[in-house]
Amino acid sequence: MADYVIEMLNITKEFPGIKANDDVTLQLKRGEIHALLGENGAGKSTLMSVLFGLYQPEKGIIKKDGKEVHINTPNDATALRIGMVHQHFKLVECFTVLDNIILGAEPMKGAVVDRASARKRVLELSDRYGLKVDPDALVEIDELMEIMRGFKAEGKSILFITHKLAEIKAVADRCSVLRKGKYMGTVEVADTSVEEMSRLMVGRDVELVSTKGESTPGDVILKVENLTVASKTSKKDAVKAASLQVRAGEIVCLAGIEGNGQTEFVHAVTGLEKPSAGTVTLLGKDITHAPIRQRSKLGMSHIPEDRHKHGLVLDYPLEYNMVLQRYWEKGFQAAGFLKGKAIRSYSDRLIEQYDVRSGQGSVTVARSMSGGNQQKAIVAREIDKDPQLLIAVQPTRGLDVGAIEYIHKQIIAQRDAGKAVLLVSLELDEVMNLSDRILVMYEGEIVGEFDPKTTDTQTLGLYMAGAKRMDKEG
Amino acid sequence: MWLLLKYTLLYASVLALVALGGMFSERSGIINIALEGIMVIGGLMGVVMINILNAAGVPVALGIILTILAAGLAGMVYSSLLAFSAVNLKADQTIGGTALNLLATALAVVIAKRINGSDSPKISYNSTTNKALCNLDFTFQIGKLTLNWFIVVAVVALIAAWFVLYRTRFGMRLMSCGEHPQAADSVGINVYKMRWCGVLISGVLGGIGGMAYIVPAVGDWNFEIGVAGMGFLALAVMIFGQWKPTGIALAALFFAVFRAMANIFDSIAFLNAMNWPKEIYNMMPFIASMVVLAFTSRKSRAPKAEGVPYDKGSR
Repeated sequence: MADYVIEMLNITKEFPGIKANDDVTLQLKRGEIHALLGENGAGKSTLMSVLFGLYQPEKGIIKKDGKEVHINTPNDATALRIGMVHQHFKLVECFTVLDNIILGAEPMKGAVVDRASARKRVLELSDRYGLKVDPDALVEIDELMEIMRGFKAEGKSILFITHKLAEIKAVADRCSVLRKGKYMGTVEVADTSVEEMSRLMVGRDVELVSTKGESTPGDVILKVENLTVASKTSKKDAVKAASLQVRAGEIVCLAGIEGNGQTEFVHAVTGLEKPSAGTVTLLGKDITHAPIRQRSKLGMSHIPEDRHKHGLVLDYPLEYNMVLQRYWEKGFQAAGFLKGKAIRSYSDRLIEQYDVRSGQGSVTVARSMSGGNQQKAIVAREIDKDPQLLIAVQPTRGLDVGAIEYIHKQIIAQRDAGKAVLLVSLELDEVMNLSDRILVMYEGEIVGEFDPKTTDTQTLGLYMAGAKRMDKEG
Repeated sequence: MWLLLKYTLLYASVLALVALGGMFSERSGIINIALEGIMVIGGLMGVVMINILNAAGVPVALGIILTILAAGLAGMVYSSLLAFSAVNLKADQTIGGTALNLLATALAVVIAKRINGSDSPKISYNSTTNKALCNLDFTFQIGKLTLNWFIVVAVVALIAAWFVLYRTRFGMRLMSCGEHPQAADSVGINVYKMRWCGVLISGVLGGIGGMAYIVPAVGDWNFEIGVAGMGFLALAVMIFGQWKPTGIALAALFFAVFRAMANIFDSIAFLNAMNWPKEIYNMMPFIASMVVLAFTSRKSRAPKAEGVPYDKGSR
């Protein structure tokens, strides 16, 4: 039994209204890389917070080397030589790498923080693992897998939390799966296919590749001509005289490496930014300088890239977020007063129909929802408006396979219903999988147009990297 | 010229003390808009203590130390109200601070009237009323320049603040709580405790700053006017100084020049010759603060998590 370094046995942790962990068991062997897999909101973070002393479980025990231990604070965990690398954001941005490393366990010389000896130690460690850490640089998050393999070679055990199946396949030995707070089992990664793991995680078969029929493009819905947008960060234009058309019943994908003008292009089309030249025409009407509400009324829907910044008012309840673009309509207000009941029943219907999961339904504050369900709420709102044109920017970023599958299906359904869809994506798989036509953007210009059936990702990659380009208007 | 220097240093020490206080609070993540009120309470306590110790006939040196300590302590106690509402009750910090500002002046007027036993909220502590300890004991001369002990306190506080913030464990942890409390919590730092500390330190410095504004300059004070906006000016100094001790020192000097002009414009020949009304000079520091902040606020970088109550459970 002492083969296990850490054992978390029958852990149950409840929050008001939800069992975040329900009888979860996790056993970590010495010197293994163990993945903890689960959808957003499956309870992975909660379980790790319990291990690290941030939460106290209602039931269950934790064992270290076979002996029961009590972990009440992160300091207890550190004393037991349990270290945790946090999910993104847990670094103080304006601190140096060195200060971030020593925070909470600062070496002291008298009353003064001994940064000199700390720096020496950090440099020693980074040499040992072949990392390039510049202790004086401000923080940057870097290649993790190599480090993990280095740790493993030293006999350390690693618990690795993710919902990305590819990462697990690449690096993990064993994998434990959580679903809705419950423990689903532990598998050997080498003997288990990606499909099996995703079935364990989601609870049903997941189509990792969406199927769709032939497209039957109709009239031109969106027409963009010679659109030029100035860059906010440099003197060059972010978008340079880009033109495209999207017709009814087709999915046109704007592909490219991040930062090649896609964001600015979409901002100019949706009205978030002003273009410096060019025209945008929706259903035959020039909307280049139209306010956003008018675009929305004309039939433009937008699933924005940054769902926190542009998609939702995070501190509003879900129901208000659902009517953000329509609260002024007759059905939702009378003489300037909101009709609470109408809004509630509309929101309830969307939640039901689009399977948006949240703690308290319509009155849930958007901030408290998981990323996947926030995105589903936006998709519900934008699609239910019955748009003529749906613009979806990285609609599946940061989501787990179940949610990705759902959103892909919704986008295809819109196309099949005769809507025009403009998709912006950085994921080549998503691009190949969904689109009827692919346009590649490189440094603000559209450098190529492809049919996904007759091209491959290698070709796209060459164009995206700027190694090749087609003649304009070819 | 000596007069301008005297008043500039006097007001610079007030602004620096109070702005440093604000810095400690905001670096821990709590917006302290109550500095104005804290100054009033500290100033009142300082003045009252002068009169008590005067009656007791204590030696001057001991009197100076005790009154300054009392002002700091009073500020600290008063600021604990802000800490309690902002940290424990997770109340809106701006509203809590505003309430404390309103309360402070009202409280000071009531107490001053009660002490006087009359309708006047004015307390005197000058050399004619006080024999053993009076306002003049807080000043000293170097050549032609009149200085006061609060300038010494402010210089010490500036150096100490720099050292604490950038060289000690406490300072590092304090700053992490104002930038990213979740990160601080995840490495075992007690965010609530650090924020309490930040606010209490601001109370001490604000209280002493209030006394530094009232006592060395004049021999009696009407508490109806509170501290006449110095606390808010100190907030501008803190922002202009970018929440850094060195920046605050320079910003305090800058604003103090404008504030000092209001006192002495009539003794500077060319200013006097322009024949502007006094009100123009009184407005100057505030106009300067608006202009300066309007031009610099775009680049301003406040502690990232300030103003947001820390809640362990939120994502």
